[in-house]
Amino acid sequence: MSFAPSSTSKPRVGLFVTCLVDMFRPTVGFSAVKLLEEAGCVVDVPMEQVCCGQPAFNAGDLASARKVAKPLIAMFADHDYVVAPSGSCAGMMIKHFPELFANDPELAEPVKALAAKTWELVSFLTDVMKLDGVAAAFDGSITYHDSCSGLRELKVKEQPRKLLRSVKGLSINELQESETCCGFGGTFCVKYPEISGKMVGDKTTDIKNSGADMLLAGDMGCLMNMAGKLRREGSDIEVRHVAEVLADMTMAAPGIAGSEKG
Amino acid sequence: MNQSSSSSRNAILGRIRKNLGRDTSPQDAPAEVVARLGNPPRNITPARAQIPHDQQLDLFVKMAGDVNASVSRIENSEAIVGEVSRYLAEHNQPAVVRLAPDSFITGLDWDKTTLEISSGVAGPLDLVSVTPAFAGVAETGSLMLRSGPDQPYTLNMLPDTHIVVIRASQIVGTYEEVWGLQRQSQGRGTMPRTFLWVTGPSRTGDIEQTLQLGAHGPRRLHIILVDDTGETPVAQPD
Amino acid sequence: MEHSTSPNFKQNAHDALNDASLQRALGRLKTGFKDKRTAAIAQLPEFEQLRDAARDIKNHTLANLDHYLTAFEANVIANGGHVHWCADAEEARQTVLKICQDKEAKSVLKGKSMISEEIGLNAFLEKQDLKVVETDLGEYIIQLRNEPPSHIIAPAIHVHKEQVADSFRETHKGRDINRPLDEPRDLLDEAREVMREHFFAADIGITGANFLIAETGTSVIVTNEGNGDLTQTLSKVHIAIASLEKVVPTLEDASTILRVLARSATGQEMSSYTTFSTGPRRGEDLDGPEEYHVILLDNGRSNMLGTEFQEMLRCIRCAACMNHCPVYGAVGGHAYGWVYPGPMGSVLTPSLIGVDEAGHLPNASTFCGKCEEVCPMRIPLPKMMRHWREREFEKHLGPQSMRFGIQAWAWMASRPKLYQLTTGFAAKVLKSMGGRKRAIHKLPLARGWTDIRDLPAPQGKTFKQLWAEQQAAKKA
Repeated sequence: MSFAPSSTSKPRVGLFVTCLVDMFRPTVGFSAVKLLEEAGCVVDVPMEQVCCGQPAFNAGDLASARKVAKPLIAMFADHDYVVAPSGSCAGMMIKHFPELFANDPELAEPVKALAAKTWELVSFLTDVMKLDGVAAAFDGSITYHDSCSGLRELKVKEQPRKLLRSVKGLSINELQESETCCGFGGTFCVKYPEISGKMVGDKTTDIKNSGADMLLAGDMGCLMNMAGKLRREGSDIEVRHVAEVLADMTMAAPGIAGSEKG
Repeated sequence: MNQSSSSSRNAILGRIRKNLGRDTSPQDAPAEVVARLGNPPRNITPARAQIPHDQQLDLFVKMAGDVNASVSRIENSEAIVGEVSRYLAEHNQPAVVRLAPDSFITGLDWDKTTLEISSGVAGPLDLVSVTPAFAGVAETGSLMLRSGPDQPYTLNMLPDTHIVVIRASQIVGTYEEVWGLQRQSQGRGTMPRTFLWVTGPSRTGDIEQTLQLGAHGPRRLHIILVDDTGETPVAQPD
Repeated sequence: MEHSTSPNFKQNAHDALNDASLQRALGRLKTGFKDKRTAAIAQLPEFEQLRDAARDIKNHTLANLDHYLTAFEANVIANGGHVHWCADAEEARQTVLKICQDKEAKSVLKGKSMISEEIGLNAFLEKQDLKVVETDLGEYIIQLRNEPPSHIIAPAIHVHKEQVADSFRETHKGRDINRPLDEPRDLLDEAREVMREHFFAADIGITGANFLIAETGTSVIVTNEGNGDLTQTLSKVHIAIASLEKVVPTLEDASTILRVLARSATGQEMSSYTTFSTGPRRGEDLDGPEEYHVILLDNGRSNMLGTEFQEMLRCIRCAACMNHCPVYGAVGGHAYGWVYPGPMGSVLTPSLIGVDEAGHLPNASTFCGKCEEVCPMRIPLPKMMRHWREREFEKHLGPQSMRFGIQAWAWMASRPKLYQLTTGFAAKVLKSMGGRKRAIHKLPLARGWTDIRDLPAPQGKTFKQLWAEQQAAKKA
């Protein structure tokens, strides 16, 4: 493992937990903390944080989005970096906050600064902390879904694969159509359930065809969608956030949603 | 222009100006518009075609082949009529040929062959045409064909088999070079009624995305590429 | 097309998802165009630079649209053609009709034109007792089936060859009823033969235009079949129908954009025929149309200038966005309910027929961003769909429940303590509902979710609860 050589003092990282990790899967949050600390960061979790405002932003309700998002700007003002275990939420802060607050000249600079220091977890570990590998072991095969926001807004593609290749005992079965959307899309999946159902059904077919024991991705929304569909179809392929495997925390909790086997 | 079109013209232009944040009355074109129209920039041109001429010829042949055209390279223009006969026999096509009324094409020694020839526009019964080209573009193996008194447009589209004669010296790298030649040949801003780029024979994928050649235009496109480096140049072909 | 079924998008999508034949046809889209595009782009290292250049050309043109349109007009007239400015669909239809009547035309041949679909030209002309024949094979097939196109470059992509054979047997009378029409080749040969008769009998030939070139007064069509060329050459009158934003400054500018068009559309390096038409036949010409008319249609586009939707006017109708869209791939083109499907339609349709009518379309997207990734003109399609959602929200369109839900959520999410309490409680309840399987099969208030898939149960406590406990334990 190598560390960022530039600074002698440890970078102070504000963890943006994300609302789905907070409520549904704390293990991902702890995995992120472990990975960041092992990479040489000091991790801080501002306790007033809630959500990046994306659900309202994507629903066209800009006022609500600003109301929810605005406190984060001050909350993370003093951190060297802000890291989220989600390409979608990080993408919101990096790519969309500047647009969301474009009409507020006082916020222009702070929002720009926030966007500049915010990272998706895995790309932060590899691209900023220059991590080449992790000290984790997993005996089995995984397949990886490239979640859309991370992939297209933040160019997260090779980074998770690079770290996964360093996990002892792990093999990667590449997923057909790994870059095709799983059909989650925030409120899309409940507004247009039938279309979403077709999309996630195509996705679970590819997942099963990969022959992997476990499905990984970097965003809880997609993971819950795919895990929920796999369970509905009776599949017992384990589903986890990539951070859990990289942090060697697969023993800390069972995978997302159980199977018939329990 | 009728009256309604004239009032719509003013309304549309007025809306465009207003929505672009300008005064709604007509204004002179800004300098950059005048400059662009007067001296068109070449933008980005692919490096693949910016190579020595002999390699451009090879590229042209390869690219044309990739889009299902066939190309025969021959030594001199005397061999053209023989190549037409050979191609038609090989593909079991009728020995009846409609020529473009272009002096270079009609002036070839057709009597050397048993082909039945005539020249003029193509009609429903013409199955084979032979036409000249204005230029060829190596970048994509495309032929540049201009309509005119010497080259009726229907010859390019109606016959089952379209044979195009082009000389090596007419092959250039990119489309932009062709526009330069066109301006030299007919003057800036002037175009023939039809300027056609042909890249392979007619095709369709409209039935179950299955590629079929010969949709409504020619089923076969054969290019006779004449190596004219040793020949006396003739008048600007077309 | 005058009437849309876009308000019924959900029902349309339901029907499409349950249409086995359509689903089989859409399966072909999963590879086809997409793989060919990928291969073609790999052959051209300058592709990304060309996209930038293409975007810049269109941006420059749109910023000077009045100047380029008037230059185009002047050059058409100088070459002996006519330009008709039409504010809306009705004016365009009437203008075409007037030209047909002036020539005492009986038959009209059509090359493929999406603008003609937009203005509902065929139905209108047929009502005036004109015989209208679509000459593009795909358009011809859907004309026989009395359907709108389901894709902007492959209009009959939803049709199987057996269905084409049925249409041909029904329409092409006087042929052996038992003739073989099993293979695409049989069908194509018959269509070619039938269409030849039409080509030689046509009075008026109507085509669309991929570009209008200001420098020379030229209209350009890009085709593979050659039908457009025959349509516009064998008819006495050639009418090119184009919307305003098709204009580009120069021959070179058109060439730059042509380099990204076919590659993005069908994965070809260049389409078979790229045809630059300027004016009617010249004095000495032996063939070609005697008259050349350009219909310049606005139909709402000038009012997109200066708005957040201006960039949509860069669209060159290559269809890469729909070829790659997972929503289009699931439901096909007809579900969108109007002329333009897929991501480009989800942005353009509300501009043209109103967001109150087409409001579903910009909502039916996961914002996966694939469309923007492949758009040769770098149009930020998801962003513009979001802008439509903003307009809908401002206008109180869309379901009240969704609006209320988002606002209630935002109210709570801006109160961290209350939010923590609520999510902490919910996490606990949902965990117990999930039981040993850690998944919830049915949740009355979240049926949109649980109708399709289980809801993974939370782990029980929230991260922040656990983090606070851990920090307290460390201090103790």
